[in-house]
Amino acid sequence: MVSSPHPSFFQAVAAVVRKDLTAEFRSRELLSAMLVFSLLVILIFNYALELELGVREKVAAGVLWATFAFAGTLGLNRSMSTEKDRGCLDGLLLAPVDRSAIFFGKAISNLVFMLIVEAIVLPLYALLYNEGRIFQPGFLAVVLLGSIGYIAVGTLLSAMSVQTRTRDVLLPILLFPVAIPVLLSAVKASTGFLTGAEMAEIWPPLNLLIVYDIIFTAVAFMVFDAVVEE
Amino acid sequence: MSSKPTLLKILDVTSLILLGAATYLALVYAPTERVMGDVQRVFYFHIGTAWVGLLGFVLAAVVGVAYLVSKDLKWDIIGVATIEISVVFFFITIMLGSIWARPTWNTWWNWDPRLTTAAITELVYVAYFMLRAGLEDPERRARFGAVYALLGGLSAPITFMAIRLFRSIHPVVIGTGQGETLPLSSDMKVAFFFALFAFTVIFIDLFWNRIRLGQLESKVEQLKLKVM
Repeated sequence: MVSSPHPSFFQAVAAVVRKDLTAEFRSRELLSAMLVFSLLVILIFNYALELELGVREKVAAGVLWATFAFAGTLGLNRSMSTEKDRGCLDGLLLAPVDRSAIFFGKAISNLVFMLIVEAIVLPLYALLYNEGRIFQPGFLAVVLLGSIGYIAVGTLLSAMSVQTRTRDVLLPILLFPVAIPVLLSAVKASTGFLTGAEMAEIWPPLNLLIVYDIIFTAVAFMVFDAVVEE
Repeated sequence: MSSKPTLLKILDVTSLILLGAATYLALVYAPTERVMGDVQRVFYFHIGTAWVGLLGFVLAAVVGVAYLVSKDLKWDIIGVATIEISVVFFFITIMLGSIWARPTWNTWWNWDPRLTTAAITELVYVAYFMLRAGLEDPERRARFGAVYALLGGLSAPITFMAIRLFRSIHPVVIGTGQGETLPLSSDMKVAFFFALFAFTVIFIDLFWNRIRLGQLESKVEQLKLKVM
């Protein structure tokens, strides 16, 4: 593993990511929960919205993003509460590395989990509803950008919510109102790609998504220190 | 125990008088709007409370940054004070807007960007209080509150832009319903600017009182700790 006593920023980030991924691939608790949950949500939407051919085209992106958002909070909660419960977070904070390295490490591993779930759910959705347009690069880029924004804010807020009394209940309540811009613009941009809209129509939400990602990753990075300090 | 400063007492009374005067101007002095009728009188307080609400939320984000930089608990007291007042005023804004919308738009609510953003913004600050309620350590509560107030203040304008993406082809009626393109007669303007002024003074008065309350609260907490 890391041998030098003062690892560089990137080494520290990589170490946190590696730790999370190793732990997850041994237990698979988080991923399996997120996956099963996502499929259940899609199942519920299928009947709640009666996803027939005409309806489906308009709401597909909304269904997918709502699913990712719900599954995302599940994963974020779990990923941070394991740190808190077993005192791992204190251990991480004691490490002689920049605190923001811990933030990026956690955020990247959360992002990886979310992307893995999406990488399984999207093809499944395509298969179930015969929706081949999911696999265009534009749509996948929106999925990536949306996930980045959501996870950046989510990682910060989950670090806050696990330290409260109402921990698990609190995360979605804190996260959803703040993450609405990212979800709305992601839905808008993905619907654009799925319905084959002009790029001129897709650019505004896409730009907004990029702006949100930049602002909120930067802010989360700057204030993470204040959230974990003891 | 310090008693209430005289200036604050004067401000309390002034606020009450201003509120009464603003009510008179809005309900009696201002002429009845030709198309919408008397219900349009809600407009003066609608904008007045909205202005104060938004002012408080912006202030809270700035104060949040001030806390994170200085770690001085006085900023936390100020931050809570402004958000608490703003949440109430913003709620009044939404209620008044709804009352106004019912006869003019023929619905209590529609998903216009402003309305939706207002609702989401209100939810952000309700979440702010839920976050604070879950924390006992005052120092941590202050830190988390500051971070969340900052995130909320940043996300509100982006939310507005995001929602507008969905409403780009919305009828123009909605856009003009909220004030700036509403043609105002000079008497209406008097009532309007007076309401803005009155609510600003009321905000300052409540703000000051709430900060005092916050200071007394933390003093009580310290005394409790000393006894134990």
